[in-house]
Amino acid sequence: MYGTGRIIPALIIFVGLMTFPIWYNGGKAQQPPELVLPTEYDECVRDTQFMRESHMVLLHEWRDDVLRKSGPRSGVTDRGLEYERSLQKGCMSCHYDKQNFCDQCHDYTAVVPDCWACHLEPTKEAI
Amino acid sequence: MADTKAAEMKVKVVKEPSLMTGSVPTRDWWDVEAIFKPGNYCYPAKKSIVEYHGKNLPGLFGEPRDWEVESDDWVLPDNWKEIIINGIKERLDKFRSLKIFMDCCVRCGACADKCHFFLGTGDPKNMPVMRAELFRSVYRNDFTTAGRILGEIAGARPMTFKVLKEWFMYFYQCTECRRCSVFCPYGIDTAEVTMMGRELLHLVGVGTNWILEPAANSNRTGNHLGLQPHTFKENAEFLIDDIEEATGVRLESLNFNRKGAEVLFIIPSADVFADPGIFTFMGYLLIFEQIGLDYTISTYSSEGGNFGLFTNNELMKKLNAKMYAEAKRLGVKWILGGECGHMWRVIHQYMNTMNGPADFLEVPRSPITGTVFENAAATKMVHISEFTADLIHHNKLKIDKSRNDHRTVTFHDSCNTARGMGLLDEPRYILKNVCNNFYEMPENTTRDKTFCCGSGTGLNTGEIMDLRMRAGLPRANAVRYVADRHGVDMLSCVCAIDRATLLALNQYWNPEVEVCGVSELVGNALVMEGEKERETDLRFTPLAGMEG
Amino acid sequence: MRVLKAFIAVVALVLVALLVAQVPGGQSLLGIVLPYLAFAIFLGGFIYKVVDWAKSPVPFRIPTTCGQESSLPFIKQNKLDCPTTKTQVVGRMLLEVLLFRSLFRNTKASIHDGPQLAYGSNKWLWLFGLLFHYSFLVIVLRHMRLFTDPIAGFVAPLEFVDGFLEVGATTIYQSSFILLAAVTFLFLRRVVRPYLRYLSLPADYFPLMLIFAIGATGLLMRHVFRVDIVSVKELTVGLVTFSPAINGQIGAIFFVHVFLVCVLLAYFPFSKLMHLGGVFMSPTRNMANNSRMVRHENPWNDPNIKPHSYEAYEDEFREFMVESGLPVDKQPEPAPAEPEAGQAAPEEESKA
Repeated sequence: MYGTGRIIPALIIFVGLMTFPIWYNGGKAQQPPELVLPTEYDECVRDTQFMRESHMVLLHEWRDDVLRKSGPRSGVTDRGLEYERSLQKGCMSCHYDKQNFCDQCHDYTAVVPDCWACHLEPTKEAI
Repeated sequence: MADTKAAEMKVKVVKEPSLMTGSVPTRDWWDVEAIFKPGNYCYPAKKSIVEYHGKNLPGLFGEPRDWEVESDDWVLPDNWKEIIINGIKERLDKFRSLKIFMDCCVRCGACADKCHFFLGTGDPKNMPVMRAELFRSVYRNDFTTAGRILGEIAGARPMTFKVLKEWFMYFYQCTECRRCSVFCPYGIDTAEVTMMGRELLHLVGVGTNWILEPAANSNRTGNHLGLQPHTFKENAEFLIDDIEEATGVRLESLNFNRKGAEVLFIIPSADVFADPGIFTFMGYLLIFEQIGLDYTISTYSSEGGNFGLFTNNELMKKLNAKMYAEAKRLGVKWILGGECGHMWRVIHQYMNTMNGPADFLEVPRSPITGTVFENAAATKMVHISEFTADLIHHNKLKIDKSRNDHRTVTFHDSCNTARGMGLLDEPRYILKNVCNNFYEMPENTTRDKTFCCGSGTGLNTGEIMDLRMRAGLPRANAVRYVADRHGVDMLSCVCAIDRATLLALNQYWNPEVEVCGVSELVGNALVMEGEKERETDLRFTPLAGMEG
Repeated sequence: MRVLKAFIAVVALVLVALLVAQVPGGQSLLGIVLPYLAFAIFLGGFIYKVVDWAKSPVPFRIPTTCGQESSLPFIKQNKLDCPTTKTQVVGRMLLEVLLFRSLFRNTKASIHDGPQLAYGSNKWLWLFGLLFHYSFLVIVLRHMRLFTDPIAGFVAPLEFVDGFLEVGATTIYQSSFILLAAVTFLFLRRVVRPYLRYLSLPADYFPLMLIFAIGATGLLMRHVFRVDIVSVKELTVGLVTFSPAINGQIGAIFFVHVFLVCVLLAYFPFSKLMHLGGVFMSPTRNMANNSRMVRHENPWNDPNIKPHSYEAYEDEFREFMVESGLPVDKQPEPAPAEPEAGQAAPEEESKA
């Protein structure tokens, strides 16, 4: 090999950059989010998989429907439970522990929702 | 074969269907065969010439034989494919440039319309990327995993006679000018690919006479023309008479093979016998006479030009080795080089590596100005333009600029000195100091973006005149531009091949424009001690105000 | 035809991924086995290729000089285009690598009646090339949110800058759309410009289409067929901490996306994409133009290649040299030798 003085360090830097996540995490077992689920109910407005993937879509629908089109303010679950189509009065009434519910996943995946730009963060006392 | 009249060519290059004029070939490029017909190829090397080279550098020039380019039987050795493939392997191992240039091209096409051969012919295979693909396709087939597995889909194709013909056609429609490499995002230099291609062709005995014969002459007699020492000397001395006639001064300083001189002066030999190089030679001599330089010219190393560069690196080295050998024998302190393009590519980028270290020489120092040429500290060879510019800067030359007033001058950067050395402003500095009427050609055609004369790297031969006039069109067209706008009638340059080829090119495209070396214009302007009233320049054209 | 070949290849890859994602064990193959394999091929192949290049020496110092050399003190050197020192070379390389300086020079030639050649400015390739590469980089860096836990510090500011548009439920990153637009441009110019269509190979269309497909599946996954991002991250962090597992349900679109990325990684070292490494190692750019100042060594320089010696030359021409008054090293013998027979290089008329 010729020019090893430059090429080998360059390759080491390249490999270092490419494997950045490996040494950054240092092989530590990860801490996946642990959600504190409400104990009062065992059913949400939709099934769990839908909520995991698309809750933000639902929230947007509600917002547009209720606020902009004066749509119904409440809905009914499959099992006939009535709920309010509202982040604060609906979702947060069960999932009041934002830190141990919303933030867990959002922080884990670097998602910064803009809900709290308008809504007040609920406190336990308020509930 | 010279063939198409200029008037007709003017129309052809614009109207004729070609990729340059907007018509798209209907067949894929690998289905289009190279067809040789009179006028589109250089004549093959004579058997005796190949024998001569084969004796000096065994194995590099193939089997000496007589063969016809237009024939379907090139009398190749039975194992010619094996020779080529092994040759590629050897070169991949020797040149990192080749490996990288084979692997990295993304075919972005930035080089496509930068090549003078493409601009003049519109032939798709003259796009530098395509020219390299001719080589790359074979490389992929035999040296890459993707090519071995995927074959044609990966752009691979085996070496066949058809491919060999393409190589011979298109590696001899490239002047290794490196213009494409300026624009390439990875600096891929087609010159390297063409050089390798030509080396490989020579391995199987495919070479052109116009390159190999001058190379043989250079080896034996010192200069490409094969002038024997006494003839070389007489030719040069004959020019002393001409200088006397034009200036009234008899130069005393011209001498040959003198041991103990301070400086060995090496020129492209054409400057001693070919018009208009001879006027450049007169310019050199006048400068040396005026400053009293202690120099000598060698008849043994009387060729600065290196036809080996156009064949293979071994022959290039062998021919070039004379320079240091002669400098050592004569015991000079350093070497001064005349105006030549590819000679300087070799000196600047190859000589010290191939034939150095030149530890028997001293770091060049101008005895007149005391300037030490640190930029030549290792190679110990200085370009005449660097030397002269330094003289002018230190007011060591007596100059009467008005003696070039009968000329309106522009400057052609030679590809090799521009893109293989960076000699751009030294000649301009000189020109601005020796003539009043100087105009630059358009921006995209000068300096690092200069266009080749169209006939470099041994293509300066009569049998491919049409091709040369087409390849030279971009240069000629830029000259046309300044001729029309500023009345330019003199194209100056620092290259001997240019002085020969631009002459033919201008006679074809711009008949009113003449060609000269920069040193000729210096010679015109020099006020010599004891001179007569100058009525003409060195080529006996009346000076401004002397026409009557 | 060449476009079609590449297109079929990419479509086939998408279909394969969709199919395999439905098969039992298929998701583990696409999400765990192949990513490791592809990354290993990528790293190994890349290093192999660079080492292979490095095994060949750079025998000659051959920078393409694109500006004035360093010569006389009163002539200004162009330090970036004709560097003589290491620092200047680094400057030239930085401009080349970070700003695509050579491509910025691009012009477009045209021929008109006269004949007249014209060279117009043509910076589109430079612009879209730059946009393509930088948006690709931003996207790769943004993806680090899925590979680092806790998330690396640069991700949040990058996402903020990249994602100031928010339409609908999900933040839109402009880099995603710039990437797709740039790839589309790079593809279209190959198809539309006749000379590019003529010289383009399937190997030129394939990476463009593959990257387009990667970008498109990414966008679809983000904005249309949403997947459970937490399960995705558990898998991706699992990959880089060597404890991969697929927990929960992840939509097929994710596996298509990942599979295409794997193909790109594995394809990389064997393709023109290696220009990533090559751009740093190109001898015409990364060398200083100081060949007359410092001797460059060629490891295979053959010391046995010698010039035709002066002695042989003088022996051949001594008589003539003496006659014409040229000095000779050895005086001629009293009885002058015959000129050598069989002179191979006959004299001819002027060549230059």
